[in-house]
Amino acid sequence: MTWRGWAEIAFTLGLSAALAWPLGLYLARLWRGQSTWLDPLLKPVERALYSLAAVRPEEGQGWSAYAMAILTFNAAGFFLLYGILRLQAHLPLNPLHLGGLHPALAFNTAVSFVTNTNWQAYAGETTLSNASQMFGLTSQNFLSAATGIAVAAALARAFAAHRGETLGNAFVDITRATLYLLLPICLVFALILVALGTPQTLAARVDVTTLEGAKQTLAIGPVASQEIIKQLGTNGGGFFNANSAHPFENPNAWTNLIEEVAMNALSLGCVIAFGIVGLARREARILVGVMLALVGVAAACLYAAESSPTPALASAAAHAAHVLSGPNMEGKEVRFGAASSAVWTAMTTGASDGGVNAMIESFTPLGGGVALFMIKLGEILPGGVGSGFFGMVVMAVLAVFIAGLMVGRTPEYLGKKIEAREVKFAVLATLLLPVALLGFAAAAAALPVALRSVSTAGPHGLTEILYAYASAVGNNGSAFGGLNADTPWWDGTLAIAMMLGRFGYIAPVMAMAGALAAKPRLEPSAGALPADGPQFASLLVGVILILGGLQYFPALALGPGVEHFQMQQELGR
Amino acid sequence: MSRTPASSAARGAAAIAPADPGPDVASLKVPGPDVPGLGAAFGPSGVYARAARDSVAKMDPRRLSRNPVILATWVTAALASVSLVQSLVQGRPFAFALQITFWLWATVWFANFAESLAEGRGKAAADALRATRVDTLATLVLESGETRQVPAHQLKVGQVVRVAAGELIPADGEIVEGVASVNEAAITGESAPVIRESGGDRSAVTGGTTVVSDAIKMRVTASAGSSFLDRMIAMVEGADRRKTPNEMALSVLLAGLTLVFLIVVASLIGLGRYAGVRLDPLALGALFVCLIPTTIGGLIAAIGIAGMDRLLKFNVLATSGRAVEAAGDVDTLLLDKTGTITFGNRMATEVVSAPALPDTAAMTAAMMASLADETPEGRSIVALARTHGVSAELPEGATPIPFSAATRLSGLDAGDCRWRKGAVEAVLGDLGLSRAALAPDLERAVDRIARSGGTPLAVSRNDRLVGVIHLKDVVKPGVKDRFADLRRMGVRTVMITGDNPVTAAAIASEAGVDTFLAEAKPEDKLAMIREEQAHGRLVAMCGDGANDAPALAQADVGVAMQTGTQAAREAGNMVDLDSDPTKVIEIIEVGKQLLITRGALTTFSVANDVAKYFAIIPAIFVVSLPALSALNVMRLHSPQSAILSAVIFNALIIVALIPLALRGVRYRPIGAEALLSRNLLIYGLGGLAAPFLGIKVVDLAVSALGLA
Repeated sequence: MTWRGWAEIAFTLGLSAALAWPLGLYLARLWRGQSTWLDPLLKPVERALYSLAAVRPEEGQGWSAYAMAILTFNAAGFFLLYGILRLQAHLPLNPLHLGGLHPALAFNTAVSFVTNTNWQAYAGETTLSNASQMFGLTSQNFLSAATGIAVAAALARAFAAHRGETLGNAFVDITRATLYLLLPICLVFALILVALGTPQTLAARVDVTTLEGAKQTLAIGPVASQEIIKQLGTNGGGFFNANSAHPFENPNAWTNLIEEVAMNALSLGCVIAFGIVGLARREARILVGVMLALVGVAAACLYAAESSPTPALASAAAHAAHVLSGPNMEGKEVRFGAASSAVWTAMTTGASDGGVNAMIESFTPLGGGVALFMIKLGEILPGGVGSGFFGMVVMAVLAVFIAGLMVGRTPEYLGKKIEAREVKFAVLATLLLPVALLGFAAAAAALPVALRSVSTAGPHGLTEILYAYASAVGNNGSAFGGLNADTPWWDGTLAIAMMLGRFGYIAPVMAMAGALAAKPRLEPSAGALPADGPQFASLLVGVILILGGLQYFPALALGPGVEHFQMQQELGR
Repeated sequence: MSRTPASSAARGAAAIAPADPGPDVASLKVPGPDVPGLGAAFGPSGVYARAARDSVAKMDPRRLSRNPVILATWVTAALASVSLVQSLVQGRPFAFALQITFWLWATVWFANFAESLAEGRGKAAADALRATRVDTLATLVLESGETRQVPAHQLKVGQVVRVAAGELIPADGEIVEGVASVNEAAITGESAPVIRESGGDRSAVTGGTTVVSDAIKMRVTASAGSSFLDRMIAMVEGADRRKTPNEMALSVLLAGLTLVFLIVVASLIGLGRYAGVRLDPLALGALFVCLIPTTIGGLIAAIGIAGMDRLLKFNVLATSGRAVEAAGDVDTLLLDKTGTITFGNRMATEVVSAPALPDTAAMTAAMMASLADETPEGRSIVALARTHGVSAELPEGATPIPFSAATRLSGLDAGDCRWRKGAVEAVLGDLGLSRAALAPDLERAVDRIARSGGTPLAVSRNDRLVGVIHLKDVVKPGVKDRFADLRRMGVRTVMITGDNPVTAAAIASEAGVDTFLAEAKPEDKLAMIREEQAHGRLVAMCGDGANDAPALAQADVGVAMQTGTQAAREAGNMVDLDSDPTKVIEIIEVGKQLLITRGALTTFSVANDVAKYFAIIPAIFVVSLPALSALNVMRLHSPQSAILSAVIFNALIIVALIPLALRGVRYRPIGAEALLSRNLLIYGLGGLAAPFLGIKVVDLAVSALGLA
């Protein structure tokens, strides 16, 4: 560990938080329907879109109508994407003449991109045409992010409402988030990435002669345009199989920094926007603080675990002079090193992004365990765009309910009483995740049809299984690696896990938003638990860690835990 | 019947201290020791024996369906029993299985025992009340004026009955004729008789109480079975106990946690198979029961019942648990000034002398003018003078001049001396002086007194105005501290008074209430409650008059005084048997205690799970995955003793926390944040640490005894 490493981690997280502020202010204007400086350019487009789709933008929707709109919109996106992937061979922009995807893979991939997961059971450069990448995947990257932002907007309005009935208009929220926020930012930063060396072309390959004189074919394509939204929208699905470890997706330290900051800034920005729209600025700041603190701790743990050699290497270095001992560099890009890989991994697993700049499978058991635990904490640190915020609110509701009773009042959060209905939906939302994750993982761990895809025996293989389902349920999309995921079992079960993790969460959250909006917004009372101080922050951290820990203690113990202890004990012998 | 009801009631009341909310059930103010079986029901051993019996009856799974956590424990225990029988039949070793099964059943039984114990206190109190419900003959007055004797239980609503001195009032009713003193000890435990008369706010009489003197005619307002006493019995017994909103929300959370842990434990079968472990179903069952929140699940019913019970100890009856819970949430408390905040009578607090007279002159004159005055104000002047060392006796042959509306003066004539006191204008008029003749010092004193909300009285001796008396509405001692407590609890106090705004403001600031409503009419109260509720605040109030009924009904917590009218008692959701309006503060505390206790035990229960994982996970996997022995941080003796110890700890912690559940976590008005920090420290961190210690201790005992 070096001070440069620590400084890089602190700077990256600090910059994400700093950029979250203006993003949040801007997003709040969008949620409130206020004017922006892009209006002269985009307002006509926005109006044209509404009249084209026969959407009446001023019409508010109740929670069920809003939720239905979200679900139908995403269902339509799914069918469109599934169609593109299946019919790829017959569509233009296919210079390599790649065939259509088989049904299971197309199903898995379509679900994956619609749910903002971007789990990839395929290698992009050898499977997908430019048309599939651009019109299929990249457009869903925008729309799934906009979906998360829209649900967050509805929940923020629910807290502001006083006996309210409507939560806004889902179509308007999705349109405005895409048009005014995601597209302009991505346009600018895609060009910056191009300037920094990321390819953006409709050509598919370039033939080069290497230094040894060998002929090599390098895959290229419209990379930059997909790269930036992949990070900004916490999607994570790379153009290439190696994701952001690939030198074309992430050529240097500058692109690395941009991609890191992009994957947390907007998620944090959603919380800031919630503070403004939900009339809870101080409380929102506490949520941001909790997110940053926990992702910071995770980055520190990862850095500590990865910057020292594995026990085996350390002991070998001690006994033989020709063995060099250094950070655990297996699976890491030399141009990034341990610190950058650690902070990226903490951010990508905390944010449900899933893009990687190092191979998590090659991390030490503790490092891989931290990554796995971050996903299992529910993708709220800071979580996906929008989804991290509403996941965090669900946690806050539970924290307030469990511990808030101890101040002697019916618990309330942000002026809304937390009663049976809210608790029911919060429990329902959090219940689905462990059920899907542990249920599928336990089945896969026992079924030969699933086990055939696992690359290693022993606890490391179990971690592969656990990580795959955690990643799917948490809509993260990163892979532990090693797992051959394109089989009917894995394509099917992971797709179901992704759908449950996305829409099985959004539906109860919307219902909770409806219940909250209908309640009177109480004025702060001296007897109520304040949710804007360090006390609430530590309470929230405690509840997140304990609830997450209790659900996954056995799984973590059997996977990374056993691997770590075995490593230690073998060395002790 | 060998005993007369009157003597029974009187003796019963005399035997019990009036306002001591002591720890024992016996302090409940229900009549006496001569009720059959009362000693047994109230004695600690009796309560425990009864609870032990009742808790066996509660083992019926249909009765447990209300409580998902305990039902899940029951199912696990039943499955463990089946596997135990299999082991016995197949001749496999069964000592471990037997012990685990025993402790699983014990967990269910302990939970039932906690609930039965809490119910037992109420049942004992209800039995005592029921014993007072003796059937008597009532003297029915027919429309023709004739009378007829009928059994009390045959009385119908609207019939008129005559009750003479020494007779039991046969039913709830309203006095239509006459005035009588009534001993209500059977209901309130207060042996001093109260006056009940027709018309006005003191016309309600309660069945089961006794007319001590005079005779009344009353109209029956409740038929047998729906009387106040019957309702009291039903309330105390918790006959129709429904889940309160908060209890429902908590049940949802507990059911959710139970489901999560079910899937966590079930997933171990698959994950274990991957690691090559065939897990013992019994160990998995044990882990499941240890993880689900049995502590709070087992005590949740007891906490709710104990909350009602604590109110009962304060002599307050709540119609539902919902009302008790609402009390904890109260934001605004409406209090009548008179009798609640102030003593209700104005009292003399100072006497200002006219210039150029010795200080004692005015004081002496004031005393002389009041010696014959038997009103509370007059007596307070005499008392004030005595504390200033002035003493005087009523002179021989003195003529008292009583207050009259015409002169607005009172006083005393003795020999050639003439003392008068009264409103300043009246005394000046009596002396033939104009206001301008008032000495500037006295003028200033009069102004100051009036501005402070007091009443200035002028005092004259012969033809001279000698001073001014300051009469004041005196705030009860300690009231200010209680309001400060309330403010720290987050409760805003509103004083309701008929006084003018100046007087009201003065008293409000002296008593430390947050705000006041002056010149209030009954409908203003109702409007104010609606206004507060529109802002989402919960309102508590107490009242007794018939015109309080609408406001009592509108308030979220309406405490009716037992001495109040029938209408008020019907409208409120609580009845205070002591008729003490300041009791609302205790009611709010009980409500808060109820919620705190639930939160504390939930937090404790969830925090406990961490240690249980560290005990059981290494134990069930250590044979095939020896690396996991690193997680055995408690260094437990063996895998079997680890599992057994966790299960035993999990069962015993319920028993250990029963007293806390019944007593409630103490509420301290130290502000929400400080309170939460304190409770998080005790029940959160304590809940993390306690089982590490507890399981280790049990493990030492288990291994020392060779149980596993």
